[in-house]
Amino acid sequence: MKPASFDYIAADSLDTAIAALAAAGADAKIIAGGQSLVPMLNFRLLRPSILVDINRIPGLAFIVETDNDIRIGALTRHHLLEMSPVIARHLPVLSCAITHVAHLAIRNRGTIGGSLSHGDPAAELPMMALLLDGELHIASASGKRRVAARDFFLDALTVDLAGSDTVTEIALPKLPPQTGWGFEEVARRHGDFALAAVAATLTVSGGAIAQARIALTGVGATALRAAAAEALLVGHVLEPGLISRVIDAVRAAIEPETDLHASADYRRHLAGVLTGRALAAAWHRAAASAA
Amino acid sequence: MNKTRHIAVNVNGDAFAAAVEPRLLLADFLRQTLGLTGTHVGCEHGVCGACTVLLDGDSVRSCLMFAVQADGRNVETVESLGSIGRMNALQQSFHEHHALQCGFCTPGMLMTATDLIRKYPLATDDDIREGLSGNLCRCTGYEHIVKAIRAVVGKSGDVR
Repeated sequence: MKPASFDYIAADSLDTAIAALAAAGADAKIIAGGQSLVPMLNFRLLRPSILVDINRIPGLAFIVETDNDIRIGALTRHHLLEMSPVIARHLPVLSCAITHVAHLAIRNRGTIGGSLSHGDPAAELPMMALLLDGELHIASASGKRRVAARDFFLDALTVDLAGSDTVTEIALPKLPPQTGWGFEEVARRHGDFALAAVAATLTVSGGAIAQARIALTGVGATALRAAAAEALLVGHVLEPGLISRVIDAVRAAIEPETDLHASADYRRHLAGVLTGRALAAAWHRAAASAA
Repeated sequence: MNKTRHIAVNVNGDAFAAAVEPRLLLADFLRQTLGLTGTHVGCEHGVCGACTVLLDGDSVRSCLMFAVQADGRNVETVESLGSIGRMNALQQSFHEHHALQCGFCTPGMLMTATDLIRKYPLATDDDIREGLSGNLCRCTGYEHIVKAIRAVVGKSGDVR
């Protein structure tokens, strides 16, 4: 199908974009990479009166390293993240996750700000923002604000954005020293949305786990952190008995849905299996980084 | 109908100017406005890969972009690769390896493979398969497509 008619503005600055969004009201949509938006337009699931194109705004695509964080501009394309040596060095779990995002032609166009703003319940980048304790920078007609990723994803395709809110960047703290990571995903076909995916980081100190993070996607209305499961790990050495208790805690923490692609039971089972694998990989990498 | 915009796009090395409605997909601009029907339109929602073209050298779905967004940019379609009697190495390899049956997916396969070869080492056949996972061939002739790309990239690291 073809999209319904809409007006269009190619914004040349963030201020222009925000002014256009504020003037148009709830009927306006931002277009960045468009890789989720345009299918919805083509299906006429969305009929915005105006598209505000932010692709030509200079300075919105960047990967910058600071002392503690990696700052990523909202318009940064997935393929740039995939190839970035800065990401590979400081956030290798993100380098791995990004290769699971769709296909090259989509990664050439899709943006991190767009993926986070869209909030697909089975996408990888919301899960990464949660895993890595990211903070989103949002600009609007009423000023700027920052929102922690853990407060940003509210429901399926629903995030903490309204009016002229525009995500401008996300700051992701670098992995601490002696931190290992794991990323495990099952999809029917490489690049498809995850039936379930799990990412974990383990920070080890004195031979025991000092900090544990576990994030999941594809198993609920939004990506999520498994806080109760994480708490079980802290202060301990990773061993099979502990892994199985953590797996039980992860399975208890999620409410996957049955759909065309997989049953809820299968997704719950998968989330546990992938958690075990991700933790084992993270433990192994943490040990290797300490050696 | 919303007012049209004037755009100037370089397609396959030629400059084109046109007035387009904002909702006109790049794929439809190429096919219907410019008559470049080598770019095929399958699903119109980014799943099949048939409409893949290069935008400033990067592969993109031309059904997931609007023509107005291509203003001032360079687009390359399958017509840029070669012509009958003057096929490029990739097209020649598709020909020699019987990498097309009905041919509908072929333009997207060729443009995707062009970008894959530029960006990735494609050391194994699995790498090629992974790279092609966003392009559907409903004749299911993937095996020959992988072989054709393999022949252009070089010898396979794995044995099949």
